[in-house]
Amino acid sequence: MEPIISIRNLTKTYDSGLQALDNINLDIRRGEIFGLLGPNGAGKTTLISIICGIVRPGEGSVSVDGHDIVSDFRAARSKIGLVPQELSAATFESVWATVNFSRGLFGKPPDPGFLEKILRDLSLWGKRNERIMALSGGMKRRVLIAKALAHEPEILFLDEPTAGVDVELRHDMWEMVHGLRESGVTIILTTHYINEAEEMADRIGIINEGKIGVVEDKTVLMNKLGKKQLTLSLQHPLSKIPMELDDHPLELSADGNALVYTFDTQKKHTGIPELLRHLSQYGIDFKDIHSSQSSLEDIFVSLVREKA
Amino acid sequence: MNVYAVRAIYRFEMARAWRTLMQSIATPILSTSLYFVVFGAAIGSRMGEIDGISYASFIIPGLLMLSLLSESISNASFGIYFPKFSGTIYELLSAPVSPLEIVLGYVGAAASKSVILGLLILVTARLFVDYEIVHPVWMVGFLLLTAITFSLFGFIIGLWADDFQKLQIIPMMVIMPLTFLGGAFYSINMLPPFWQTVTLFNPVVYLISGFRWSFYGVADVNVIISVGMIIVFLLLCLMAVGWIFKTGYRLKS
Ligand SMILES: Nc1ncnc2c1ncn2[C@@H]1O[C@H](COP(=O)(O)OP(=O)(O)O)[C@@H](O)[C@H]1O
Ligand SMILES: [Mg+2]
Repeated sequence: MEPIISIRNLTKTYDSGLQALDNINLDIRRGEIFGLLGPNGAGKTTLISIICGIVRPGEGSVSVDGHDIVSDFRAARSKIGLVPQELSAATFESVWATVNFSRGLFGKPPDPGFLEKILRDLSLWGKRNERIMALSGGMKRRVLIAKALAHEPEILFLDEPTAGVDVELRHDMWEMVHGLRESGVTIILTTHYINEAEEMADRIGIINEGKIGVVEDKTVLMNKLGKKQLTLSLQHPLSKIPMELDDHPLELSADGNALVYTFDTQKKHTGIPELLRHLSQYGIDFKDIHSSQSSLEDIFVSLVREKA
Repeated sequence: MNVYAVRAIYRFEMARAWRTLMQSIATPILSTSLYFVVFGAAIGSRMGEIDGISYASFIIPGLLMLSLLSESISNASFGIYFPKFSGTIYELLSAPVSPLEIVLGYVGAAASKSVILGLLILVTARLFVDYEIVHPVWMVGFLLLTAITFSLFGFIIGLWADDFQKLQIIPMMVIMPLTFLGGAFYSINMLPPFWQTVTLFNPVVYLISGFRWSFYGVADVNVIISVGMIIVFLLLCLMAVGWIFKTGYRLKS
């Protein structure tokens, strides 16, 4: 199936000279929940802002449902709803006025019934006549979501949706996101928490320093993230791994001074006791042992290296 | 054409005027009334006629222009500056709207407010002075053209300004002096010849002169030149707005 968003060789350098995006290639599949995972400053907001038309694209191209975001911006943008990262909402007007404004701005005829449903779903109906500036932070965030949904978008961007959000709203939001996905809406959310991406997304793309390192189904990625390594520093260097240990997923370090054992933390049996038993059985002594978990950063680096 | 968007922006801006009714309507009417009392009634009664028009009547078109210019500029500039300032501009930038639609919405609303205000001032003036309007169609034409042109100019200032001070500085430092020296309170024929020539570089002179002509049939400069000057200024503003949206200047990073 045609991807709903297709990003090709997208590069962005801000006027300050800072390169925020470096040759991004990414396809978003129709109907999926895509998690864009990366540390602060990775370029997540920049990428979203370019797709939505808020930041000027550099080189490269983006198309939304087959429409180029520059030459055919009208068709592209009318499909997109955006909940921005920063809390900003025209403060003096009422909730009801602002959702009507949003719907009109995106070229849709008035539909009070539909907007009422959105406000009810977001527990905002009781506040519809209140001025936005009188609302709490959590309520303001709900208003921003309502505004983004007011024109019935096919694609919804949520930029750091859970930053500073209470448990209740978080729960409501996840429910809403799943409901939207069921109705066929494609959702792209950004986060810098691995567990959040894990909780929400079908597929995850990792972005770091303006580069997309890896795009994988969540399950595949989580397997990689779930791997731990046990490093055994040997008393006497080995030239090769003894045949007797072939059954264990072992690697010998380049200098022969250490054995590296990779295991899955999510499995019941790590195989470590067996390994240790075998080692002593074959007279391989070690002086030190330590374990490490591959971090997001590790995966990112290793994948970038793999590609190069 | 995204008509719903134009309507949404227009309504939003008009609603803003209602929320701030005192500021947007009452204040200009009050200050214009004060001008009529001070210059029209108190001082005007001791002044002779100018071009056969009583002083109180003579200053009406100029005073109206004064309000029209400053209100058009401040309304339109604030209308687009505020979303930039508060961050809500993201929605406008991400919406399927063309620059033309954005301008129609914002400038249309600002110009509408100015025209309504101008008409209210005319009604208010009637309470203080008798006046006639010899060329009513031209009068409305000048009113519309000026409101649109200077709303557009204000819109540009609002796009350009990146702090509140910049928002104020052009209206205060440029428009106010030009208006006061633009013949609102005197005929430029009353100036020494040298200053008459200098004054001809002041675009507001053409506005006020043309507008006054539509009231009383007398003008400092030819009315065609007046119309021509406004249209030239309008075109310059349109070009500037076009350039701003094309380059994303001060709107997109
Ligand atoms: N308007 C801007 N001008 C210059 N640099 C910017 C601008 N916006 C963001 N940046 C920089 O670009 C990089 C990426 O930022 P951003 O896309 O906001 O990252 P993220 O959303 O992943 O935290 C950061 O180094 C940030 O400082
Ligand atoms: Mg961000």
